[in-house]
Amino acid sequence: MNAPQATAASSRLTYREACKQALREALLSDPRVFLMGEDIGRYGGCYAVTKGLLEEFGEERIRDTPLSESAFVGAGVGAAMAGMRPIVEIMTVNFSLLALDQILNNAVTIPHMSGGQFAIPLVIRMATGGGRRVAAQHSRSLEGWYAHIPGLRVLTPATVEDARFMLKGALADPNPVIIFEHVMLYNMEGDLPSDMKEIDIARAKVRRAGRDVSLITYGGSLFKALQAADALAADGIDAEVVDLRVLRPLDTKAILESVARTRRCVIIDEGWRSGSISAEVGMRIAEEAFFELDAPLRRVCSREAPIPYAAHLEDACLPQAATIVTVARELVRPS
Amino acid sequence: MSDFKMPALGADMEAGTLVEWLVRPGDRVKSGDVVAVVETQKGAIEVEIFQQGVVSNILVPVGQRVPVGTVLAQIDGARGAALPPSIEPAIAALKPAPQVLAEAPPRPIVAAPSSRPKITPAARRRATALSLDPTVIMKGTGVEGSIRLADVEIYASGAKLAQRPAKKGLDLSQMRQAIAAAMSRSKREIPHYYLTEMVDLHAASTWIERYNAEKSPVERILPAVLFLKAAALALREQPQLNGAYENGAFTPASDVHVGWAIALRGGGLIAPAIRDTDRKSLAELMAAMRDLVERARRGNLRSSELTSPTITVTSVGDRGAESVTGIIYPPQVAIVGFGRAVARPWVVDGRIESCPLVTVSLAADHRVTDGHIGGLYLAAIARLLQEPENL
Amino acid sequence: MTDAEIRALILELICEIAPEADPASARDPDDLREVFDLDSMDFANLIVAIHDRTKVAIPEADYNKLFTLGGATAYLRDALGQ
Repeated sequence: MNAPQATAASSRLTYREACKQALREALLSDPRVFLMGEDIGRYGGCYAVTKGLLEEFGEERIRDTPLSESAFVGAGVGAAMAGMRPIVEIMTVNFSLLALDQILNNAVTIPHMSGGQFAIPLVIRMATGGGRRVAAQHSRSLEGWYAHIPGLRVLTPATVEDARFMLKGALADPNPVIIFEHVMLYNMEGDLPSDMKEIDIARAKVRRAGRDVSLITYGGSLFKALQAADALAADGIDAEVVDLRVLRPLDTKAILESVARTRRCVIIDEGWRSGSISAEVGMRIAEEAFFELDAPLRRVCSREAPIPYAAHLEDACLPQAATIVTVARELVRPS
Repeated sequence: MSDFKMPALGADMEAGTLVEWLVRPGDRVKSGDVVAVVETQKGAIEVEIFQQGVVSNILVPVGQRVPVGTVLAQIDGARGAALPPSIEPAIAALKPAPQVLAEAPPRPIVAAPSSRPKITPAARRRATALSLDPTVIMKGTGVEGSIRLADVEIYASGAKLAQRPAKKGLDLSQMRQAIAAAMSRSKREIPHYYLTEMVDLHAASTWIERYNAEKSPVERILPAVLFLKAAALALREQPQLNGAYENGAFTPASDVHVGWAIALRGGGLIAPAIRDTDRKSLAELMAAMRDLVERARRGNLRSSELTSPTITVTSVGDRGAESVTGIIYPPQVAIVGFGRAVARPWVVDGRIESCPLVTVSLAADHRVTDGHIGGLYLAAIARLLQEPENL
Repeated sequence: MTDAEIRALILELICEIAPEADPASARDPDDLREVFDLDSMDFANLIVAIHDRTKVAIPEADYNKLFTLGGATAYLRDALGQ
């Protein structure tokens, strides 16, 4: 839906399939790589990302864990300290709360407290976001929380090529990296250039160039922003869509350059707005691009409530393309 | 039994607060006695009663604010018309009016900061780069009515358009109509007060003579330049004469842009602004005045020059009447007039001498200032004109 | 320049300041300011125009000699004759 045009030298695959291929490539190329997580082996993964990997790589490398996030993330920390390259899957960000101590106090802090004697090259994959009607405890977007922590790199692949290749960069990073996969993206199809081998895990990307307003977003909201941009274009408003791709460290330069071009900005963030990553992005714009602005900063976030279960309520709670269109239009053509 | 009611202590009084009772029930009163003290907008006033009798009921307690006409107390045996018995129970049942008028919040003389024009950072920066004042753009098209980049660009290109050669012929009849409408409205709505002052021009005229003697014709200045500068500088001492009265409130202007009254040939009057009058040198003012007169007569003024004056000054020159008192151009709050400089006998150091004099007038909006302020302003002009070298 | 030329020049410059003026309506003894409704700014501009055109810089003290058409003509004749 939002990937580059299909050409002869590219293949079409789903986001899920791209994630799996990334894991496969990692397992094949580096014997230190192994996977840990709930239901990733026999069940094939809650979202079917790891389907078939147990059969291909065996129990030593594809390890089903007990229902104890703190234990298996802690094990991942230990394995990484000992020189392995574990890729730990936490089923969703909602469950990662049980492993926060392992992530923040151990994975992130041990390198610092040991004076660099220990590196923790741990990669954690988490599904995130809402839209699947699985209610308050299973639908949050807490990427912003993790982006708050120095020592963590936070990646939010939103395209097939990012899903395919960001893992490689994460594994090469000697520090803990969290990769967030939005639950609504797994079925999305996209094109992958056949000659693409790797991708950066540092920069934001302009997915759609425009002149009138910058729509800055990440993860599952990207395709909503692109839909909104199409709707705005039909109305004569040329929106630029910036995919942040990396929430920590933020590519501030790309954000400021976009705002300097368009002078108006809407930040779309599926987290709740208070103290969210949208607040951080907005503040950086206010700090460093204040004089470029020709309109106040705006954002579209989830409504401040536990994510509802009923379909119509969940839809009302999460950011939607129509809301992005309304907010962006009001900036360009105030009524 | 008769009623002692809250009197109207001024034509515009609507309510008053009872701050003190000087009598108690049972006290005997006669006509002319001061019985209460009432607080009004004009201060605390002692209120006399014009009946005689015995105070029977006090109906309004101390501290209560009631409209004019409210019964404050009842006087027994008073020589007012005796009331028919059917009314007495009704009067007894009269409850003192509860706080009928909520204390109106004091009208701020200085408007809240939110009345500043909203200008986006990008627009402000662009305007600065173009040496334009973005605040003269009357209507912004940005969010919350803010002035945004596009507004500045349009304004800038409009200013450039205005510099193209003008079309021939001003529509004088339309201008007459516009002047008529504005002046009628001004007289209807603005309560004018008028002051005049005769100013000794000896120092000023001597100074101009010397100044002009060593200047080429185009650099020489007219006395009106000194008048204009003095009027502008004096506003720094009395800023309440400089600004706009709109929507029931006065907003002082942060800068002084004097509207300079120019008579158009064949009739018609226009008073475009000389921006930052108080900060321009005399030479700059002369150049600005010359430029305005020329463009006014060609019909080549910019809309910002017509909408941005914060006060108007009219000077009749050396062929006009001895004094001129103007009509305020709304939403301004004052207009200063300079008459013809004349030589008159004047007392100087106890002797009668011929002295050049000019009559300066002020017409100002009594809702914003009063004669005291106006007088101080004229005195400041007179003082400034005694030291022309400092203008 | 002859007197006639000087007179014509003065009237030409006045007409630039007062476009609706009829130059034929002025006689030598007439006060130019009255006839053509010139205020002090107009008169100052006339002096500037004369200076620009003839290079004669008329000092302020001499202005009153140029109030009439005849006076202005004579003044300029003397100034240019030098």
